[in-house]
Amino acid sequence: MPMTITEKILAKAARKKSVTPGENIWLNVDTLMTHDVCGPPTIQIWKDEFGEKARIWDKNKLVIFPDHYIYTSDKHAIRNVDILRKFASDYNLPNYYDVGTARYKGVCHIALAEEGFNRPGTVLIGTDSHTCTAGAFGLFATGVGNTDAAFVLGTGKIWEKVPESMQFIFDGNMPDYLTAKDLILHVLGEITTDGATYRAMEFSGQAIQSLNVDERMTLTNMAVEAGGMNGIIAADAVIEDYLKGKTQQPYEILQSDPDARYHSKYRFDVEKLEPVVAKPHSPDNRDTVRKVQGTPLTRAYIGSCTGGKLTDFIHAAKILKGRRVVIPTFVVPASTSIARKLKSETYEGQRLIDILTDSGCVLAPSSCAACLGGPADTIGRSIDNDVVISTTNRNFPGRMGSKNAGIFLASPLTVAASALKGAITDPREFLQ
Amino acid sequence: MQKIIEGKAYVLGDNVDTDQIIPAEHLVYSLSDPEESKKYGRYALSGVPEEKAGLPTGHIPFISGENDRSDFQIIIGGSNFGCGSSREHAPYALQKAGVQVVVAESYARIFYRNAVDGGFIVPLETEVVLKEKIKSGDPLSIDLDSLTLKNQNTGQSYSLLPPGDVLPIIEAGGIFEYARKSGMI
Ligand code: SF4
Repeated sequence: MPMTITEKILAKAARKKSVTPGENIWLNVDTLMTHDVCGPPTIQIWKDEFGEKARIWDKNKLVIFPDHYIYTSDKHAIRNVDILRKFASDYNLPNYYDVGTARYKGVCHIALAEEGFNRPGTVLIGTDSHTCTAGAFGLFATGVGNTDAAFVLGTGKIWEKVPESMQFIFDGNMPDYLTAKDLILHVLGEITTDGATYRAMEFSGQAIQSLNVDERMTLTNMAVEAGGMNGIIAADAVIEDYLKGKTQQPYEILQSDPDARYHSKYRFDVEKLEPVVAKPHSPDNRDTVRKVQGTPLTRAYIGSCTGGKLTDFIHAAKILKGRRVVIPTFVVPASTSIARKLKSETYEGQRLIDILTDSGCVLAPSSCAACLGGPADTIGRSIDNDVVISTTNRNFPGRMGSKNAGIFLASPLTVAASALKGAITDPREFLQ
Repeated sequence: MQKIIEGKAYVLGDNVDTDQIIPAEHLVYSLSDPEESKKYGRYALSGVPEEKAGLPTGHIPFISGENDRSDFQIIIGGSNFGCGSSREHAPYALQKAGVQVVVAESYARIFYRNAVDGGFIVPLETEVVLKEKIKSGDPLSIDLDSLTLKNQNTGQSYSLLPPGDVLPIIEAGGIFEYARKSGMI
């Protein structure tokens, strides 16, 4: 029976020959990921439910990244990391990346990629809705809550309803003023925030193949913003190259069959698209940058698992080099390894870090930071009636702190261009 | 599982996301400490913009004053209820506030799973646009056997959709109870 890539991975994980959308199946999980917000309650549920019999099904498959509330004096937030630390030491966990040590990584979804946990053809479950990011490596990755995660922790199994797949094909060559963020915001505008509920979002086409790993992750990251169960891009040579030296574990590259069945298909020519934003207060509230050009802003933010990767900072540096921002502009590298690369990588002969700080950006240490607001002392957190332009993924009311703030989501090119003017600005103005 | 659920309605709009159900700054409290976990009830739905809090009028606090229990036991939502993050704290916060059932036009996947697998609240669906027919404060009764919702004020009844495959998990009261009953663990 012809199957999509998602169906093939699920069939494999359920030890079945084939699966069909709508079917409920039990999957064997290859990797379970959790963090400081959902880890402690997950551990508690696991202890309560399994009691005396509580065993971690496979220590090597459990990965824990404290990342959400890190640089804060909030006592409850600090306690959460303490709970993780104790759990990791009690059970001698090999994949715990503690705060305050050289192992500390930063945002979990990026750290998973960097540490080689994103292996094509596998099943990755995480206690975070943006776990779908890992689908950029041709694997099935989805977010769950604490109870489901506690169940996986004890059994290595999870039930899932096999999703129908939606196909998004991007043709053409990516113009220099577009990034993957524009593509996904465009898709969201087309299908809305529940356009993919309970479905797989499969991305393919010439433009997708031309994207590097960072950019691919931006696409799959926001699948959940359309309600998607997972986002997926079949692995290819780009992924195999990236994985070299990162993992010794086996993986399998799978592809959708040409005659696989899809719920729907969308086709876009990237050469005809232009920079877009999502206006407050929903990621599907799409408009072209051109139309909202000139909207006054009070701050800009470049960070998170969506827009805080090395490629995002290279994009920003292209625009910011030799210029000054006129509104507070926060730069938060998603991971510590990206933060190090800002110091070693250059753009036109200048270190990225120097371009960003010379232009007046405020650099913050790697973590989720103000992407989700966080405790009151979180750097970059929006206040009062702030109007923010951000490379993050959500602009719900209150998402970045203040309930009264408005958030525009955009590509790092658009955010950088807008920071220079203090108003929404088309990056093409600075790319001549 | 209780078959008849009665309570006052609290009506919300479409796309009520998890940041509205429980804002991220409150995710730090312990879920197992009996005293501290009450804060989840205290801050349940505190992120809903005031004009949308308790439709049709809005400006109806879900929690009054410093309470940790709400006067409303049944939430009426629109489409895509619970979209956003994977925080299980969302259905948990509603449960702590005393909510037993949410009736919405549709749910985001993770919220729905969390509600069912954690056994926090019963998420029911309906094809009727209830937010146009029910006002916050209306006394409702829900019959889980006949899958009907009755507005005691107007006497009108509306039908609810069968939960399908997840019914055994709902009836068991969560994924762990279900797995124990079926001998999985
Ligand atoms: S950076 Fe933002 S979206 Fe990504 S995991 Fe952290 S809080 Fe979630």
